[in-house]
Amino acid sequence: MDKTNLKINDKDVVVPGEILAEGMDYLPSQGTYRKDNHVIASMLGLARIEGKVIKIIPLSGNYLPKRGDVIVGKVADINFSGWSVETNSAYAAMLSMKDATSDYIRRGEDLTKYFNIGDYIVTKIYNVTSQNLIDLTMKGPGLRKLTTGRIMKVASPKVPRIIGKQGSMVSMIKKATNCNIIVGQNGVVWIKGLNPEDELITVETIKKIEDESHVSGLTGIIQKFLESKGRKAVLETVTEETTGEA
Amino acid sequence: MVYKKRLDGRKFDELREIEAKVGVIQNATGSAYFRIGKTVAYAAVYGPRELYPRFMQDPKKGLLRCNYNMLPFSGSGERVRPGPSRRSREISLVTDKALLPVVDLEQFPNSVVDVFIELPQTDAGSRCAGICAASMALADAGIIMKDLVGAVSAGVVDGQVVLDLNYDEEAYEEGDVADIPVAYIPSLDKFSLLQMDGKVKKEDLVKALEMAKKGAMHIIEVQKKALKSKFEVSRK
Amino acid sequence: MNKEKQDHVLNYLNKNVRYDGRKKDEYRKITVETGIAATAEGSAKVTIGETVVLAGVKFEVGAPYPDQLDKGTMMVNAELLPMSNPRFESGPPNIESIELARVVDRGIRESNAIDYKKLCIKEGELVWTVIVDITPLNADGNLFDASALAVLLAIKDAKMPKLKDNKIDYKSKTDQKVPMLEEPISVTVLKIGNHYIVDPVSDEEDVLDARLTVALTKDNTICALQKGGEQPLSEKEIEEMVDLAVRKSKELRGYLR
Repeated sequence: MDKTNLKINDKDVVVPGEILAEGMDYLPSQGTYRKDNHVIASMLGLARIEGKVIKIIPLSGNYLPKRGDVIVGKVADINFSGWSVETNSAYAAMLSMKDATSDYIRRGEDLTKYFNIGDYIVTKIYNVTSQNLIDLTMKGPGLRKLTTGRIMKVASPKVPRIIGKQGSMVSMIKKATNCNIIVGQNGVVWIKGLNPEDELITVETIKKIEDESHVSGLTGIIQKFLESKGRKAVLETVTEETTGEA
Repeated sequence: MVYKKRLDGRKFDELREIEAKVGVIQNATGSAYFRIGKTVAYAAVYGPRELYPRFMQDPKKGLLRCNYNMLPFSGSGERVRPGPSRRSREISLVTDKALLPVVDLEQFPNSVVDVFIELPQTDAGSRCAGICAASMALADAGIIMKDLVGAVSAGVVDGQVVLDLNYDEEAYEEGDVADIPVAYIPSLDKFSLLQMDGKVKKEDLVKALEMAKKGAMHIIEVQKKALKSKFEVSRK
Repeated sequence: MNKEKQDHVLNYLNKNVRYDGRKKDEYRKITVETGIAATAEGSAKVTIGETVVLAGVKFEVGAPYPDQLDKGTMMVNAELLPMSNPRFESGPPNIESIELARVVDRGIRESNAIDYKKLCIKEGELVWTVIVDITPLNADGNLFDASALAVLLAIKDAKMPKLKDNKIDYKSKTDQKVPMLEEPISVTVLKIGNHYIVDPVSDEEDVLDARLTVALTKDNTICALQKGGEQPLSEKEIEEMVDLAVRKSKELRGYLR
């Protein structure tokens, strides 16, 4: 049979229950499942067809902690063995003393001099159990406490678009706004600029990426947007963008 | 058979007018608005998020927790007293069961997905409208779902099988009335909500279910369109 | 309180910018709509930025208060629906919702907005009660002003139901409106550091020093006040905050149509 049995086009927005392909030619991947003769969507998102594999890039949803992710977390509590950290997900994480610093910490020492309740930190998830118990570490390049910045939250599936291919999007924004920006995989973004105006443009730009993350030609749109704000926006790593993962 | 023409002039298998919108509550992870006739439902989904009290946590999967609530001014009669009632708690329970078969929360053990359903205006069919709003809101929240859920009631008014009863039909006094709210899951071809008030012959029940199925399929098409159009707006 | 966030918000204000880029005395975009719930005798929806509040009116009849035998009554209730903000929990009204309802109630009551005498059906025996319920759908700051506006609009929108054998026949509305004498507008001014702002978003409410809600009649008479927040206010500060409220109330009054 010559007729294609794909029911959708690449990059279509699809919804749960939608039949994506008929027959056995296509294989279900992330966000899809097979039922009898059909490949069906099991989440709202952008359908991607890669050869014979169909998967869905989510457009919304809360963060699910993954090993190796660098996130921006907030210290929620201090206990005997270390710090409890909010991860902007359904699960709190643990930062133990030995993973927090290479300093020798004496028994009963005041831990707030390292991290206090309410502090934001950029940290790395180094272990996630099957029950989603999470261990964090501060040992690694760039992992540190964040001071006097502005925090904003975005839907975590939009994070790859905000970062861009090899960090191209975020570095374009950094240059255009003179802001320091850290985008946590958990959707928490830390912004620090020289003045409120720079930070506000950064916030606006990131919101725009979040709203239009599924639109093709996003980099160009953002470049124009920054220019409309009187900022010079240059994309350095010039590669044709594709949707989704970074 | 006396009920030859419906009180509002609809065909026997005709739904009331439907309006659906997604992303109406900014604070929520996912949200939706669903209106059928004069019944209006909002749904907001929060989560997966941390679940307390701890004893409610399930180490195998996340918990779906639905809460159905009529706003105090949503009934055409007396003011509805705020807070949960026996009725609203039962509807919350069956709403939960109606949605559970499609929702997959295995990736989120010990967590909860809260679904809040609020009705500012009702004219029969409010639990079904709530389920429809919740179905869209869950999808909007990026929850893994096998399918969307379509809910509508069918019933028998004075011997005639009809779809989507309004309040006047539920209260029809010149003959027996049966009201059968159902929720239908197309990919499974199964019903996940089934209740009934009144009296009905088995043959009529089968006819009513058949009619409700078609109605639910149409409602799901409306849900799909609403979910997709959220992204078409900014796509220009 | 989050010291870091407060410093950051203050740092913006010191440069005359709000956390969301607005001017200090600037409201977010406001839209109002009435008749949004046909089952209510009167209803309204007020949107201020991302904050969305519904208000609905229902009527009841009953015996008057012993000290006001020839007057009808009014009740304002607020439910901070968990739908509207992840911070709100299910359950009986908490202190936040009680304060909201009482502050809105006070503005309506003390301005004599409603002509309670005309809500008397039979002196000493039967009077109307106007019940207004406030229900935010999305709460992102300034529930006070949004709710006060929604409640007033809902009362103005209301049509009294028919009375049959001293009972309400909810099925038939009359053309009769709630008898009204005044239209109070409420403006909430926040003090953060040495700055006064109106229409706060949640981020700003989180770091406020003091809050003053001012309800004003058409001729700018103050008809209710509520101070909130942990820091006390001086006379001069109160005066400045009231001045700002008076100025902004004119703008809000435009939404009453």
